[in-house]
Amino acid sequence: MQPVKYKRATSVAEAVSLLQGGGEFARPLAGGTDVIVQARERRRDIDLFVDIKHIPELMAISHDANGVTIGAAVPLHLVYGDAKIVSQWPAVTEAAHVIGGTAIQGRATLGGNLCNSSPAADSIPAMMVLDAVAHIAGPNGKRDVSVREFCTAPGRNVLALGEFVVSISLPKPPAGSGGAWQRFIPRNEMDIAVVNAGVWVQLDGANVTDARFALGAVAPTPIMVPAAAEALIGKPLSDATIAAAGDAAKAAAKPIDDMRGSVKQRKHLAKVLTERTLRHAIERARGQA
Amino acid sequence: MSNRVKTDRIVITAKINGDERTFLADERDSLLEALRERIGLTGAKEGCNNGNCGACAVLLNGVLVNSCCVMAAEIEGAELTTVEGLAGPEGLHPLQQAFLEEAALQCGICTPGFLMASKALLDENPHPTEHDARFWLAGNLCRCTGYDKIIRAVLKAADQMGSNGR
Ligand SMILES: Cc1cc2nc3c(=O)[nH]c(=O)nc-3n(C[C@H](O)[C@H](O)[C@H](O)COP(=O)(O)OP(=O)(O)OC[C@H]3O[C@@H](n4cnc5c(N)ncnc54)[C@H](O)[C@@H]3O)c2cc1C
Ligand code: FES
Ligand code: FES
Repeated sequence: MQPVKYKRATSVAEAVSLLQGGGEFARPLAGGTDVIVQARERRRDIDLFVDIKHIPELMAISHDANGVTIGAAVPLHLVYGDAKIVSQWPAVTEAAHVIGGTAIQGRATLGGNLCNSSPAADSIPAMMVLDAVAHIAGPNGKRDVSVREFCTAPGRNVLALGEFVVSISLPKPPAGSGGAWQRFIPRNEMDIAVVNAGVWVQLDGANVTDARFALGAVAPTPIMVPAAAEALIGKPLSDATIAAAGDAAKAAAKPIDDMRGSVKQRKHLAKVLTERTLRHAIERARGQA
Repeated sequence: MSNRVKTDRIVITAKINGDERTFLADERDSLLEALRERIGLTGAKEGCNNGNCGACAVLLNGVLVNSCCVMAAEIEGAELTTVEGLAGPEGLHPLQQAFLEEAALQCGICTPGFLMASKALLDENPHPTEHDARFWLAGNLCRCTGYDKIIRAVLKAADQMGSNGR
């Protein structure tokens, strides 16, 4: 391992001051499943880890009338171990369940998945369609940023020097709505998504009153697909409208060729996964799954 | 790359396999490096050093983690169980016994990780189905034995532990 120093923060203010003092080579350490490996393989130049797991707000899950706030350093096994999160925001726990294997989920966090800002990060499309908000603390105080606007390029995001994510809020889903998330990988677990998709719909009988679609691994950041929502909103559900949403997702996908998949395959998957995930979200909105 | 900073020697105190231990490590050591090179607990193995193989798995405060993806400094004040802590005074743990009986190892490099992951599984779910066990152990790789024997051993140990009430 390259020389990396370690400091443990016990409050938000202490973490901000350690990060600010450490400058551009200081990094928060949550579960470490990305950042320790990146430091060891010298894929990122890091000389200070600020451990944020001893800050109470970072480790708390709190439910209230508006929804849930999940500390940015809560490990995934506790996220999907929370029965209320599973029942109200299953799209997020579906992603949390397949990020790495058991030993990864014992440490990895939603905050780390978001802040690592990989185009293929599994939880981000799920959080995007659920209107998740990242609560950020920094030298100039606090600010909130929608998860949809958080990532700016592969491995890059809106955080400025000294800033970090304290928690992530998921608003309570309205009645008659449902969310779902799926990914495609060549094996059943332990791999990076070729494409992943998050979908959220709200129904009034057979009509779609609102919808949100997101895709991962088809662009430099996870993306929203407003055209897929437009293809559905105000229309009755049918095989044709579902296919139209899938076509819009295919058109919006601007993937690259790499070892995990070709452009053609990824565009095809964007359509198939969007339609499958949409059907699952519809079942949930109807209370059938 | 970064040689801007100098890391310090640090003193770490943690409960390891039931004993309170204090040891010296380098601030930059991973937990796996500290276990193997600072305190001579060589049970946890380095397979990939990047979180993919599970050979370095240990229980940190009862939770399964890959020790190559943990900094040694993080365990200050924590409780750790490594494969060395698995057998009790009365002999091998039923998982270890079942691995022997079912020939669930060849070179053995993956075995400590499989044992710790299986222990974590049975702590949480004493009666796993075959599917439960395969999904739980997906983060542990073995290049020689074949997974069928390992799964058979885990399910056998679960059965035996269930009937002994352990
Ligand atoms: C074997 C293996 C399999 C994996 N499989 C998957 C997978 O299937 N899907 C997937 O999406 N990912 C996968 N990953 C990647 C990784 O596990 C996830 O991205 C995980 O969610 C990262 O969380 P962490 O807490 O470990 O982050 P860390 O490694 O602690 O941090 C990641 C980055 O975010 C920064 N950071 C962390 N927390 C904060 C915060 N609160 N505020 C600001 N910055 C912060 C860190 O400084 C670092 O730059 C895998 C990794 C491994 C090793
Ligand atoms: S050595 Fe830690 S997971 Fe492979
Ligand atoms: S027995 Fe050799 S790697 Fe599993």
